[in-house]
Amino acid sequence: MSSTEQTSPTGDPGGPVADPPADPTPGAAADAAVARILEATVRPAVGAPRGVVVDSPPGAGKSTLVVRAARELVAAGERLMIVAQTNGQVDDLVDRLAAKAPDLTIGRLHAADARPGPEVLRHANVTPSDKVAELAELDVVISTSAKWQWVRTEQPWRHAIVDEAYQMRSDALLAVARLFERALFVGDPGQLDPFTVVGTEQWAGLSYDPSGSAVVTLLAHNPQIRPHRLPVSWRLPASAAPLISGAFYPFTPFRSGTGPGDRQLTAAVRPDGSALDAAIDRAAEHGWALLELPARHTVRTDPQAVAAVAATVRRLLDRGLTAHSEQGSTPLTADRVAVGTAHRDQAAAVRAALTKVGVPVDGAAGPAVTVDTANRLQGREYDVTVVLHPLSGRPDATAFHLETGRLCVLASRHRHACIVVARAGIAELLDEHPATEPVQLGVPVAFPDGWEANHRVLHHLSGHRVRLGRS
Amino acid sequence: MSLLTTLARLEAVRGGRAEPLATVRHRHLSERPMVLVPLTSAGEDGAPLAVLLGTDRDAPVLHIVPQPLNRTLRSEFLADLAADLLPYLESFGDEVELVEGSEKDPETGAKSPVVRELCADAPQLVVPNTGGVRHLALLGRSTRFRRTAEDEDPGPFPAPARVPLLGRWLTHLAERSAVPGSSLLLPMTGLLARHWATGQSHLEDQHLAALLAWHAPPEGQTGAEAAERAETERNAEGRLVRPPAGPTTDPVFDTKVLAPAIARYDAAAAALREAEGPGGGDVAAARQAVRVSVDRLRAVLRAELLPAWHDVWHGLDLLRALPPAGHLAERWTGDRWSYTGHRDRLAAGEPPQPRVDDAVTAARKLAQREREQTRLDVQEALDDPLAMAEHRLSGEAFSGVVTEVVPDYDTTGRSPKPRPLVTVRTGDRPHADPGREVHRVRAAPGPEAGPAPAAQKAVIAAVDPEEGTVTVRVLSGMGRKKEPEPGSLPEPGERVTFTLFELTVRQAAPLPDPDDTPWTHGGPPGAVVTVLPAVTGTDSGTDTRTDARTDTGTGTAEDWE
Repeated sequence: MSSTEQTSPTGDPGGPVADPPADPTPGAAADAAVARILEATVRPAVGAPRGVVVDSPPGAGKSTLVVRAARELVAAGERLMIVAQTNGQVDDLVDRLAAKAPDLTIGRLHAADARPGPEVLRHANVTPSDKVAELAELDVVISTSAKWQWVRTEQPWRHAIVDEAYQMRSDALLAVARLFERALFVGDPGQLDPFTVVGTEQWAGLSYDPSGSAVVTLLAHNPQIRPHRLPVSWRLPASAAPLISGAFYPFTPFRSGTGPGDRQLTAAVRPDGSALDAAIDRAAEHGWALLELPARHTVRTDPQAVAAVAATVRRLLDRGLTAHSEQGSTPLTADRVAVGTAHRDQAAAVRAALTKVGVPVDGAAGPAVTVDTANRLQGREYDVTVVLHPLSGRPDATAFHLETGRLCVLASRHRHACIVVARAGIAELLDEHPATEPVQLGVPVAFPDGWEANHRVLHHLSGHRVRLGRS
Repeated sequence: MSLLTTLARLEAVRGGRAEPLATVRHRHLSERPMVLVPLTSAGEDGAPLAVLLGTDRDAPVLHIVPQPLNRTLRSEFLADLAADLLPYLESFGDEVELVEGSEKDPETGAKSPVVRELCADAPQLVVPNTGGVRHLALLGRSTRFRRTAEDEDPGPFPAPARVPLLGRWLTHLAERSAVPGSSLLLPMTGLLARHWATGQSHLEDQHLAALLAWHAPPEGQTGAEAAERAETERNAEGRLVRPPAGPTTDPVFDTKVLAPAIARYDAAAAALREAEGPGGGDVAAARQAVRVSVDRLRAVLRAELLPAWHDVWHGLDLLRALPPAGHLAERWTGDRWSYTGHRDRLAAGEPPQPRVDDAVTAARKLAQREREQTRLDVQEALDDPLAMAEHRLSGEAFSGVVTEVVPDYDTTGRSPKPRPLVTVRTGDRPHADPGREVHRVRAAPGPEAGPAPAAQKAVIAAVDPEEGTVTVRVLSGMGRKKEPEPGSLPEPGERVTFTLFELTVRQAAPLPDPDDTPWTHGGPPGAVVTVLPAVTGTDSGTDTRTDARTDTGTGTAEDWE
């Protein structure tokens, strides 16, 4: 992945916030939003709420915002703690922060049995340790919420930044909130909700349901907090932002930072007339393609669908594609392509199939295609993604497969194009399985539900359908 | 549903009989369980209709509410239930063993030894299905805050003395039943479904009689036919021969049998009131008529409950035929602690469990349940080759025969440490990328096996799918010396199992004291009220002390007498 999320270098965050013009450019609108957020975080008004919440759609510059907020808080003389949710997220963030702010001293607090990755250790201004006391004097200390829960300290921090806050569970926030006085919560409300493997109906409807999202609890108990929004997705192309915004963020719309012609994919090799090439060309031109296999109920690791995914990726790499964007033109190499699935065994099957057709999938051995589940692709970014539709070949549509966040993550990782591989018949499957979960009093209704969002995405994709003949 | 469960279900369809999902019994069964089959009145979840209970399968005790909407009668029913249930629940509280532990001083952190009581055994309630568990939880919710004549302010409608205590016990048992692997309160359908697969859907498995039909279908019938018959067979009157095992009733029984019997009781009770009133009348005859109508109700309800009663005992017979799993005693000790803790809270005069958990308690309970779920999954896999097979099939474990052990050493430190390579030939296909941590399954611990061998960790060093071998580098569990302790490594030819998941359960992170609930969660309970409306189900009983007043007040209007 690359650090292409950006904000335009214009706006001066320290200056007064001017009223935005009626229809500002994407850059101006985003800058104004960021300036308001930084103002509220770094120089809160007297009596302002202790938390600042930022809702960010996919690729809207969330990470850049975190880096800027960290720099400004430290510049204002504060020690800062940062909470992220997974070790991967923490390492990404440390890497980015250390590169963008070489003047900051950064502590990477890690578990005794989990050393941070090489991207963290290569920075001179980063100190890794499994003891918080060794890091206490540093400007910024970063760790996972699971590790922070164990930290005992005499000197709490005044400021915290909680990254991917919508993925954090309410009970995790309960355990770490004693460590800070004020906090900036940044996250994407459209991504996957936190989950648990045990029953939690007992607490459904309570504002502090421990299995719920930390932000939901925070907002319920601090109604004076008005969430800020980042209005522009720099990642999603003009072909994707309206669909993702409409299907998954109907009440908090956003737009793409680039216009219709700004992103292009060109191929060096002419199409060979196959369905795969037709799908790739379709995706290159329109940003979306649906590669449809004949309807059939299959096992989860549907061998034909998996083979189609692998063949598509092989062909993507063979056709010498070049990605043209506002950042210049770069060849589409394996590390710029990702495959997303719903289940881990599907990811394993795709990896095996890719290896069989000679596509590298092991990142340790050089540029490789990333193959992973929606949960693990959260926060990642690629030029082209190939998605095995969560409902492909299924005889039923369960709550797991209908979860809005899962589809949202899978359909919003790309800068240029997304190719969805699926069995025919998903629309009928959806119609046969309306949501039947019991309604719990006091639980805010998730809208749009997975059923609606799935239909909307499917409807859009059906305009870019390429049928793969019976194989 | 795992691949193996799916296969077992398919085989159950083909064979026409239930297929085993376990080689051992994964839940503790008491020597002296209390079986309880409850019924509610139709359309009134919180209005109990009858219960058949007891520890002797040949002598069930029946309690009924002749007019389920009459709250005085409901109180009497609850008092009768408490009189039967509480002695059983309390009978385990006297025999204790002393357990030495240590207590940490919250101020100084210094540890001091303490001796605590642990009850030697604990009660076990068995109900037919999860509906029965929910019903007991509802009874607990509606009775634990009731005031009695012994209260300072008993209010106009005090409940019988032991009813709130019953509510607190039922609440505790229902809460405990949400902890994975616990055995204080068990639904029979859940027990059977864990140990055997049938050829029907999970929804159909909720019907106890249908579930049992797969175990012993009559001669010449398949399980599916026997189950369908159990679900649908009706007698000449149109009533189900195998009525649902509560807490809901068969609607045909309701309309054809129960409603007329209750109407007869209502009429007899009205006649009695009139006879006792200023107009006068034959009180003795009216009393006799009420008694007859109650006896008639008791007879029809007993007949309706008996099939489920026998089904639950039949299920216990099936489960008892399975040998107990190795870790049952350990998990049952957890149940005993839970029981002892509740006994001590009652003895200390603590107030009833609150209406809703505060933020910290809810988080603590969730953490406990998640930890117990992990522990249960690991222990079931260790206890039962069939459970381990599911993990092996999903690539989370592999078993095989050791083909080679090559000594090797880590020489980066001051003194070399043993890091031998063990190669295993296996037909399994683990998701084992090189560098992934694996854990060796050692001999199953048991009371007679002595102390369990040290945990042994290794990392995947190489995988050869063509040859079907996995090579791991052993990292720990070999003693502290330069050479591995004898017997700490597997020998060539030995059968070993490694898992990709940890075999021990991680501790949960500490949570703040409820009085230190942070601002993100609304501060300490009681400081600011941000409670959303009451959350579950119908509740015709009472929930809180304030509610109790209004509720019993309106209750009189509903009373039919």
